[in-house]
Parts: sequence; C-alpha cells; structure tokens
Amino acid sequence: MKIILPVEKEQENTDICQSLGRTPYFMLYDTNTGSSEFFQNPASNSPSGAGIEAAQAIVDSGANTLLTPRCGNNAYSVLKKTGIAVFRTIPGPAISNIHAFLEGDLSELDTIHEGRHHGEN
Amino acid sequence: MKIAVLSGKGGTGKTMLSVNLAAVATPSTYVDCDVEEPNGYLFFKPEDVRPEIVSVLVPSADPNICNGCKECVRFCKFHALAHSGEHLIVFEDVCHSCGGCSLICPLNAITEHPRTVGVVESGRSGEVTIHTGRMNVGEAAGLPIIRKLMKKISESGQERIFIDCPPGSSCTVMESIRDAEFCVLVSEPTIFGAHNLEMIVELVRTFDKPFGVILNKRLDGEKDPSEEYCHRNCLPILGKIPFDHELGILNSEGKIASRENGRFFQMFKDIYDHITECVSI
Repeated sequence: MKIILPVEKEQENTDICQSLGRTPYFMLYDTNTGSSEFFQNPASNSPSGAGIEAAQAIVDSGANTLLTPRCGNNAYSVLKKTGIAVFRTIPGPAISNIHAFLEGDLSELDTIHEGRHHGEN
Repeated sequence: MKIAVLSGKGGTGKTMLSVNLAAVATPSTYVDCDVEEPNGYLFFKPEDVRPEIVSVLVPSADPNICNGCKECVRFCKFHALAHSGEHLIVFEDVCHSCGGCSLICPLNAITEHPRTVGVVESGRSGEVTIHTGRMNVGEAAGLPIIRKLMKKISESGQERIFIDCPPGSSCTVMESIRDAEFCVLVSEPTIFGAHNLEMIVELVRTFDKPFGVILNKRLDGEKDPSEEYCHRNCLPILGKIPFDHELGILNSEGKIASRENGRFFQMFKDIYDHITECVSI
C-alpha cells in the first residue's frame, strides 16, 4: 500500500503542509518497503485549478491513501473516482502521521471545504 | 458612438450617470454590463422584454473512445480536466471554453455541448433601448454575457450607446470598454475614491482610450481628493454632479432624475454635450 501526504520539505520528519493544492512536495510512503520518496507538486504555483491538478498528481502517483489536514471539493471528487481513501492528519511530522495511520489512530476526513478560488477571500 | 461609464469602486454613480445620459441623448441605447448585479432596468422599467439565453461550450468525453492518455488534462492550462478511475472529469465552472481539449484529443473522444451561464434581456423605455446582462447565480465568470452584449450593440447600428460597466478594473471591465470610443470615469470626493480613480485611469490609458472624469457627490466648500488628483495630473474634468438631496431621493425611488426635473435634464444634457465635444475632437 502507498500512502501520500502534502509536505513542506523532502524529509520524513517534515511538517505537513496545510494546503493540499499548494503544497510544495508530496511524500509517498510504501508500506511494503517502509521507504519514502518525494516529488514536487506540479500545482504549487498554478494560477487556476490547483486542487484538481494536485489531485491528478496524487492519482498518477499510484497512492491508495491520502493523509491531509484539509481537502477541497474539486480535489476530493478526483480522488473519489479512483477510490483513494482520505484521512485527517494530526499535529506532528509526516512520519509520525504514517505510524499513527498504520496503528489505526487517524480518522477519515469528513469535512470537505468549498475551496478558495480566484477572486474570493 | 459608444460611451463606457466606469469607476474604480462601486457606488460612485455609474448607473445614475449612464441611465440619465441615455435618457437625455435619445434615441439611444443603455447597456448594463454589471452582470453580477444589473440595476439599470430598475430605472427604465423596460417594456416588451425579450430574453436571450447565453451559453458557453464545455467538453465531455465518450468513455467508450477515451483511452486515458491524458493529453487533454496536460493541455488544459486552467486544470478544468482530470482523469481518474477510468473517467475524464470535467470541472465546468473552471473551464474557459477554449475548445483546445477537443482539438488536442488524438482519438476525437471529446465533444462540446452548451451550458447556460446567463441571459441578455432586451426591451424599450420610450426612445431608449435597454440591454441587461444577467449572470446565473453560482457562476464565476461574467465575460461570456458581456461579449454577447457587445455583439448585440455592434449589430444594432444604434448611434448613441451608453455602456454601464461593472465596478472595479478587472477583466469584465476591460471587456466592457474594449469597443468604446470614449470612457467616462465617475469618481467621488473621498481618498478611497481618488485611489480607485487612479486605478481606472491607468486601465483606460493601457487600452489607449480617450477619457474624461465626472466628479460626483460634490459638497460645496469640501475638499475633493479626486479633483485634486485630476488637477495634479492634468486630467480632463467633464462635469461635476452635486451631492443633491432631490437627486438622491429621485434616484433612491428608482426614478430617472432627468425625466422628472428640468434642472437635472439640463445638468445631464450639459455633461452629454461636453462628452460629444470631446469625442469629436
């Protein structure tokens, strides 16, 4: 199983990024090998549709589960089609969130926000 | 002659001015481009109103033909498309209707179909033709409706057209002034008003439009930061409208001041004559 998280830095003890669409990096953790890889979020500077573009990158990464503090409507509808499960992160670095998830301590993200788009506050 | 009336902020008097200019320059056309909240029709109360639906083209993919190559997803600069779980997902409110995805698809799996975004209502009030653009609730982009309005007036052959622009200096305003031969900038005597006036001066200069300023809500003996800004930059002042109790009452009752009172008819007629002099120079 592969677990993905929006993260600030390319290291396992990184902080989690509060914005799924605008996160600078994604961390992809493989439970079979216990190792992580990192890749840049193509949407981090997109002028439009960042949530959609980031969700496409998550789908394309082959992840089965997303751990994130927040998720917008548009991104969620992309993730849902592939059946990616979305769980809410807890305070702490990325790697401890992975451990918390594997021990069953995270709950599913039940609030999907409208998203903050161009021209809105 | 197409005259656009615009202002950097809302509530400066664009609608009051453009409604009254259209009312004194008959036969004329009044066009409400403030498609998020059109209100000129409240003054004219047009008759014989004919609605025309405005729609844009949005794509959809035939799932039996689409092989998930994602060429369209990569092409769309607005990220209105995603491919997930064997499906092409279209975010219609993000789509800008460029049609590029249907051209780029190697399998021709994408077709476009219309989606309604608003309406243009056309009617008459005396010798004034009124076109009102109205965007559907929940829509994000007013441009397609403004384009439809611009197309209507360019086909009309009407001589005196007054375009009531949306407030601000965003792309909907640019679309509204694009075909205008002259821009009338309405300001109010506040620091905020002067700041926003400066922004639209920059805008109309970018578009190389001749323009002049109307100083609205003038109080005798009070400083007007907008007037000071005009003087500092040698900008042409077309006229001044007083902060007049009677004018305010007529306006708040949805009445057209120039049709109600000869004093206001003369005031707006003078402004209109001044504009026509500037246009013919």
